[in-house]
Amino acid sequence: MADVPILSLTTFLPLVGALFIFLIRGEEQNVARNAKSVALWTSIITFIVSLFILTGFDPSNPGFQMVEEVAWLPAFNIAYIKGVDGVSVWFVLASTLLTPICVMASWDAVEKRVKEFMIALLVLETMLIGMFTALDFVLFYFFFEGVLLPMFLLIGVWGGPNRVYASYKFFIYTFVGSVLMLLAILAMYLTAGTMDMRVLVDFNFPGNMQIWLWLAFFIAFAVKTPIWPAHTWLPFAHVEAPTAGSVMLAGVMLKMGGYGLIRANIQMLPEASFYFQDLVFVMSIGAIIYTSLVALAQTDMKKMIAYSSVAHMGYVSMGIFTMNQQGLDGAMFQMLSHTFVSAALFLCIGVAYNRLHTREMAAYGGMAKNMPRYAVVFAIFMFASVGLPGTSGFVGEFLTMLGAFQANTWVGLFAATGLVLGAAYMLLLFRKLFFGKLDKPEVKAMQDLNWREVTLFAPLVAIVIIMGVYPASFQNVYNPTLEKILADHQASLQAAGLIEAQPTQTAHVTQETVPAAHVGQPVADQASEN
Amino acid sequence: MATFPDLIPALPEIFLAVAAMALLLVGVFRGEGSLRLVSWLAVAVLICTGYLAVTGPGVAERSVTFNGLFVTDPFAVFAKLLILTASGLSIILSINYLEKERVARFEYPVLVVLATLGMMGMVSANNLIALYVGLELQSLALYVLAAFKRDAAKSSEAGLKYFVLGALSSGLLLYGSSLVYGFAGTISFDRLAEVLANGPSLGVVVGMVFVAAGLAFKISAVPFHMWTPDVYEGAPTSVTSFFAVAPKVAAMTLFIRVLVGPFGDMLAQWQQVIWFCAAASMVVGALGAIQQKNIKRLMAYSSIGHIGYALVGLSAGSQEGVRGVLIYLAIYLAMNVGVFAIILSMRQNGRAVEEVADLAGLSKTHPMMAFAMAIFMWSLAGVPPAAGFWGKWAVFLPAIQSELYILAIIGVIASGISCYYYLRVIKVMYFDDVTETLDRPAPVTGVVVAAAALFVFPVYIFFLSPITSGAAAAAASLFSLR
Repeated sequence: MADVPILSLTTFLPLVGALFIFLIRGEEQNVARNAKSVALWTSIITFIVSLFILTGFDPSNPGFQMVEEVAWLPAFNIAYIKGVDGVSVWFVLASTLLTPICVMASWDAVEKRVKEFMIALLVLETMLIGMFTALDFVLFYFFFEGVLLPMFLLIGVWGGPNRVYASYKFFIYTFVGSVLMLLAILAMYLTAGTMDMRVLVDFNFPGNMQIWLWLAFFIAFAVKTPIWPAHTWLPFAHVEAPTAGSVMLAGVMLKMGGYGLIRANIQMLPEASFYFQDLVFVMSIGAIIYTSLVALAQTDMKKMIAYSSVAHMGYVSMGIFTMNQQGLDGAMFQMLSHTFVSAALFLCIGVAYNRLHTREMAAYGGMAKNMPRYAVVFAIFMFASVGLPGTSGFVGEFLTMLGAFQANTWVGLFAATGLVLGAAYMLLLFRKLFFGKLDKPEVKAMQDLNWREVTLFAPLVAIVIIMGVYPASFQNVYNPTLEKILADHQASLQAAGLIEAQPTQTAHVTQETVPAAHVGQPVADQASEN
Repeated sequence: MATFPDLIPALPEIFLAVAAMALLLVGVFRGEGSLRLVSWLAVAVLICTGYLAVTGPGVAERSVTFNGLFVTDPFAVFAKLLILTASGLSIILSINYLEKERVARFEYPVLVVLATLGMMGMVSANNLIALYVGLELQSLALYVLAAFKRDAAKSSEAGLKYFVLGALSSGLLLYGSSLVYGFAGTISFDRLAEVLANGPSLGVVVGMVFVAAGLAFKISAVPFHMWTPDVYEGAPTSVTSFFAVAPKVAAMTLFIRVLVGPFGDMLAQWQQVIWFCAAASMVVGALGAIQQKNIKRLMAYSSIGHIGYALVGLSAGSQEGVRGVLIYLAIYLAMNVGVFAIILSMRQNGRAVEEVADLAGLSKTHPMMAFAMAIFMWSLAGVPPAAGFWGKWAVFLPAIQSELYILAIIGVIASGISCYYYLRVIKVMYFDDVTETLDRPAPVTGVVVAAAALFVFPVYIFFLSPITSGAAAAAASLFSLR
């Protein structure tokens, strides 16, 4: 496997495609058609190549695999290092799968400046894959910020009426959030003397410093995830972005935050993570309950899904910081599930929007009669979003709740109310769109899904159901890695607890978290056998 | 018995001085219409000077001549290369502009060459008098350049403003020098370092602050920045493009040499001054540009901000800090040359325009130019993966190392704010509709823009390592004396 630099290949293949599109010249219609097909083929080939990452990945190895290392800037000790572990491998595949779907979804929807649109989309894919596979912190930051430009253009050029405001808000929020992370990375480098994330994961930063580093990283990832109250950019970005932009945003970009929280905050700064656990719980609960209530009040369907994304990511941040097997497992699963479910829901909204050019729920109604296929697809994803057993959403929410109840009963209790609220707004949305009288003439005239849209949804439906019925197929890939992360995490907490002169803290750590890990094991197995 | 000084270390400067006179003669004898010839000859002269600088003794080691007045070392060579590159590119870009503005006079390239000579003198100064001579040679040429379009009221106003304020700052600098001389008893940088090693007297501290104030004026650091937007806006655009880079690089490197060399042991005193200048420049640069509609004024505030970032590296007061400043300046040069090349080619129906709004819809009419401009804006904002990020990286790293956390936080937040106006340019080009098409840029401008854009992203990735090692060697040569 080491012969072919498969991670770099996957990362930069879309860029090659973008370069080809850049060079296309000629009449506008021909350019648009060629750009679309080049983008589609590039993204499909990238997806196929990325499948080799999955086949070559050894799930039983919890460390980094397929590592590529090239010296780059010896003066700063910066190298080009790439590699995947159980946490990142699924996100790479999610990026490569969603890109061709986005290209197809934009086939007719994007009418102006198709060439530039496809370039932006492919560059975005490169940046996303690059970020998930980067093992050097500078490289990571590079791609992390590199995502902003293509997304800024996607929202700003092809977005809705309020696109300029939304794109600015998106950019400045995320940029200001992450510049502090840059300072934290610098501070880490000066302390540890390296940018290699494999080393930093094991490096023991002084406790006081961890607090500051943690805060800097947390702000960056909290904006990206987004965790309440740093979520306010998201509804605007989602509403104004074109369908493909929303899909990439919800599907993959939000996961950058969750991935970063696991990689940087949990793995590198365990003591501070422990210290701030309650803060994250409060913020997650705030996200789950508050944004669910806000979603309930929306009349714009895209905005409703956007707020539901924030609520779902609240489960993720809660699950990550329970720091037990179920919670972390559930957070990972929830992230993956949300990738496909929210992407599909935005695609569904795109389908309706392309036909009627409005996102107001009141403009629709009774579509179950004239668009039965659409109704079925929408229903599946609606149920997955609500967390109905048998769909992917259930496993993720169930496991995070399980983790939360172990960590703190109250957190679990509040999070559970979010499930009810989630069901309430999603069912409301479904009722308004599909049930009732089919009395609006323009809704009556809408065509059901065409073959292209069916192909678009088919893989997503399959994944969501497979994930719901046989979750272990996904969990097996990342569980050994998560187990190692947890073991390391608890080991460093114990070490720190022993060093600290506060006996209550130490007792707290050893009595509560360590048995939890033992008890947690069989429960996790049960859950995965579901 | 006075022995004849060794001329070899100063060969590039001597060559440049002689060549400038020769260029003047060529211009005088050829008369009107010799701008093109003199300009390209001037570029050739600058290239030769660069070659002499690179092959001279300064590359490997420090060599001093003229009784210790003049020094050349890797630090000076690095700075000179940046200055020569900036001046050469500025001359190349100016030719078409001057012809279209009907101010095609051969004195222009000659004045640029003379200013460059002054800058090289500044960079190599090893004595407060040599410093002043270099600085004044540079400044005099620049005053004339700012007022070069003498029929235009704005240009004359810019020249006058620059002259009055520049003279004031020179006065401050001279006054400071005299205080330093009075209290320390010497004006040689080497002797000053020895004398001040035992702790400075209050008089020297006051003198040093005056010298710093004079130099801060030249790099337009806050609170000595007021002239910058007006002069940038009023001066002919080609002059602005020259102002934005070469003199800044020269004054910045001189600033470094003065503070690290003779005043190196007064770190505790000057660090506070530089800290404030850096923080204030970053904030004023970020906030001031938000309301600007004229792109030259916008770039003026942008350059104030960028000088603030460069000063962050200097305020660290370490070898890594100086290295960071030099890397920053190198990247700053590439970005600014590119941006000004585009601004220089902004014309509608033959008339020069300079509002941000005039770029509306550029991505449709000139997609390549818009793309290049977007890369420059991206890089100026310091967002990876463009080159500008590395500049920020190189200066914030030593700042964190020297535990200047507050300064670093102010800096990154200011860079977040400054994103707003850089993005506005991208927004105007990409989101807005075309109002009036810009004319096609001249081929040579296109080449410079393309080269700068390719350098800023992605070719710099391969140059980063040599630039870093060059800057490191330069910084090391400065610190090896201590």
